[in-house]
Amino acid sequence: MPLLWLILIVVAIAAVGYVLGRARALQSAGGDSRGLHSLPTFYGANVALKTAVPAFGLLIVWLLVQPIFVNSQISGMIPDTEVEEGSSRSLVMAEVRRTAYGLENAVAQGNITEDAASNANADIAEVTQSLKDAGQIVTSEITQPILLAAQSYRVMNSGGYSVMSIAVILIALAGAVFSWRQTQSEYRARNVVEQGVRVLLLAAASIAILTTVGIVLSLVFNTWEFFKLYPASDFFFGTTWSPSFSGRGGSSSLGVLPLLWGTLYISIVALLVAVPIGLFAAIYLSEYASPRVRSFAKPMLEVLAGIPTIVYGLFALLTVGPLLLEVFGDDGLGWMKAGTAVMTAGLVMGVMLIPFVSSLSDDIINAVPQAMRDGSYGLGANQSETIRQVVLPAALPGIVGAVLLAASRAIGETMIVVMGAGAAARLSLNPFEAMTTVTAKIVSQLTGDADFASPEALVAFALGMTLFILTLGLNVFALYIVRKYREQYE
Amino acid sequence: MTDASMQENPEATPHPVSLTAPNERTRKRAKAERRFRAYGIAAVATGLFFLVVLFTSILSEGIPAFTRTVVSVEFTLTEQQREESEAELFKTKAYSNLFISALKTELDERGLNVEINEDAIERLLGKVGGTIRTFYSENPGKLGEPVEFDLAASSRVDGYFKGRVSRDTMQDSRFLEKSDLDLVDALKEAGVIKQAFNWPFITGADSGVDNPGGAGIGASVVGSFFMMLVVLGLSLPIGVAASIYLEEFAPQNRFTDLIEVNISNLAAVPSIVFGILGLAVFIQFMHLPQSAPLVGGLVLTLMTLPTIIISTRASLKAVPPSIRDAALGVGASKMQAVFHHVLPLAAPGILTGTIIGLAQALGETAPLLLIGMVGFVARGYPDGFLAGFTEPNSAMPAQIYTWASRADAAFYEKAWGGIIILLVFLLTMNIIAIILRRRFERRW
Repeated sequence: MPLLWLILIVVAIAAVGYVLGRARALQSAGGDSRGLHSLPTFYGANVALKTAVPAFGLLIVWLLVQPIFVNSQISGMIPDTEVEEGSSRSLVMAEVRRTAYGLENAVAQGNITEDAASNANADIAEVTQSLKDAGQIVTSEITQPILLAAQSYRVMNSGGYSVMSIAVILIALAGAVFSWRQTQSEYRARNVVEQGVRVLLLAAASIAILTTVGIVLSLVFNTWEFFKLYPASDFFFGTTWSPSFSGRGGSSSLGVLPLLWGTLYISIVALLVAVPIGLFAAIYLSEYASPRVRSFAKPMLEVLAGIPTIVYGLFALLTVGPLLLEVFGDDGLGWMKAGTAVMTAGLVMGVMLIPFVSSLSDDIINAVPQAMRDGSYGLGANQSETIRQVVLPAALPGIVGAVLLAASRAIGETMIVVMGAGAAARLSLNPFEAMTTVTAKIVSQLTGDADFASPEALVAFALGMTLFILTLGLNVFALYIVRKYREQYE
Repeated sequence: MTDASMQENPEATPHPVSLTAPNERTRKRAKAERRFRAYGIAAVATGLFFLVVLFTSILSEGIPAFTRTVVSVEFTLTEQQREESEAELFKTKAYSNLFISALKTELDERGLNVEINEDAIERLLGKVGGTIRTFYSENPGKLGEPVEFDLAASSRVDGYFKGRVSRDTMQDSRFLEKSDLDLVDALKEAGVIKQAFNWPFITGADSGVDNPGGAGIGASVVGSFFMMLVVLGLSLPIGVAASIYLEEFAPQNRFTDLIEVNISNLAAVPSIVFGILGLAVFIQFMHLPQSAPLVGGLVLTLMTLPTIIISTRASLKAVPPSIRDAALGVGASKMQAVFHHVLPLAAPGILTGTIIGLAQALGETAPLLLIGMVGFVARGYPDGFLAGFTEPNSAMPAQIYTWASRADAAFYEKAWGGIIILLVFLLTMNIIAIILRRRFERRW
């Protein structure tokens, strides 16, 4: 049964339960809602909640657990001889899954009969041919164990889903009947429903924690896998980055230092562009500008923050890069070899960060109490002296926080560096050379045909971990500084 | 400074001759003031300058993507001609010969005499015969009456019209020869070749690497649309529920603190990390289909949740406590006060925040690349509404990225054009958000 139908059935049972529960409550009070403990709708909602929540809960848990269970069962079925040299069990399992889906689709199209698809003694060549006829993707030769595994994968999956459908519907019905029988005029339906809604609200709020846990677990597990295949010291202290494309480890050197250097270098260039411009813009807009100028220029600058990074990436690749190449390239000063370079990515990223720095600093400068400015004017200082000697020192912790947040943005930025910074990892001081960053390498290692078992793909998770820890550290530090500053004036 | 020290050294600080005429020091200070102010103006101007440069380059590079070069030829095929061509061994060649002779007569009528051979036509227009043959096999009723064919010119010819390819720099290749340009000029003079609005760009799907002319963004717009449905359907209810809990019900304890810290940290986690999460959890662990808008939507939901929660909490906070007190005073429960009174009053603010969150999600690229929603996957429209969630597709920004990373410069024009379409969507969403805010925002 398709998932959508199952969901609709549960929703329908809940809706019917709502109507019946409400009717039963009214009936038990003799048709007069004043005789009820709660409003009639609460009795209906009580039934609907007790129908839908356990059913959907079971559905979600089942959908999560079943693939893991089936995979571990099937993976135990494949003999070790089937896992070839240079391959891995997960690759074979992918093949099994593909075959199983192929069989499923072929049966659905009517190219293979149900019997033929589940026949354990089927001729392999025949099955392969009929799968191909059905337009299913068959990558390599299907062997007997793979076919067997695929067949039992199919059987277990479809069996599992039928059991799940029945269980979910039964749970929904049981909940409906149980809560319907509970319904009486004295039943405290409102309290129960409100408690239930409160738990649902709490569950929604907890998704933030689940997301963080998911991020940390997926990074930690895969990083651990990576360090089993590749020594951690070589990763952290290696100075060359040259993953091999075909080999499985061995010939690859995956040192993170050149990537970190590229990330830092590009971020520094970006901050050198963004911080002065953003800071001066914030000072001008909050201290000097007339309300009319401010109401025009501030939203205009913030448009820069709303533009997707892919636009900046394209701008770097096709506009800024060629422009810089014209000035610093072989026709000009001769410092630059290609349009993609640290300078290109850094400049464009700086433009992207201008509104980020300016609006954060603007808020912070505005939070400096007017009394401090007035005091300074009273001593005879003019506006710029007041700003430099009173406002900025008072706002400094907040501004440092803003710059740190901007730095964390710069480190985590992906599209601009993927398109503007080049692909070569190198340790160099020349800002006109192409370099690459942690984020760009995550993208290049994980796109394409990813075999998650190879160190070349797993290294992306270790890079992700590095990135996550770096940006998290910067954020926590920045928020700490900002919060500490706020406490002084509030 | 004391009076005594002043008297000790009266010459060191001479009194100003006049209070109206500034002395040296005052002039210096005033100069510094003006300089400081000028820095500020320069900074704002630089920011605005970048904005202008960005938009002019988008517009100037992107607008050509919306026009294409077509050759429009009036062409009549009789029943007899069709049968004759179908009887031949090379059927499309026969059609193509018919087309060439039609083109010749049309040019002759206008008094132009140019050499046309079949190879040149193929270089300019691709396989004309096949196009004509499919048209007539689909519309047999059109036989015998004149039909106006708008045939798309090849991307090099298109580039010649848009200034990408010029006579001086081009080299003869199997795609285009210099002599073909003479033919193009003649056709242009005759008015046969012209610029038309590029509908296939807006409605089409991604083409192969060697066919920039046929690439369109339509399929990935559909992919983005399905992703946004998932994001809207999940992040709005979850975000609102989470904000209501944190703002109205959460007790002051460690668990609440933990949730708050998590939300503020997630808001600053780089988007690519969410891509890694999606890859590891949704694809590796839960075996959801790769490249599916459903998975993209789930990843973007997790990414936009913090944004939506933060803005929803701000608009819940903006509803004055007197509203809650009044509701509680007439006997509503806490839950009723929130759902019947506070939430409706906060709704415009919540909607505005949600639209802005969606706009952010629409422009996000990096996580989509990791879960396989790259541009070349978008080869066609999904088969139905439900298939739209699970069939492999791309999204607008990922499609733009794929075009930008192809070698053929003709794709760059498509990438810029795609950006215009993406920005039009973003602009519309932001304008709706601004209108909502203006129309319904209440100041208490």
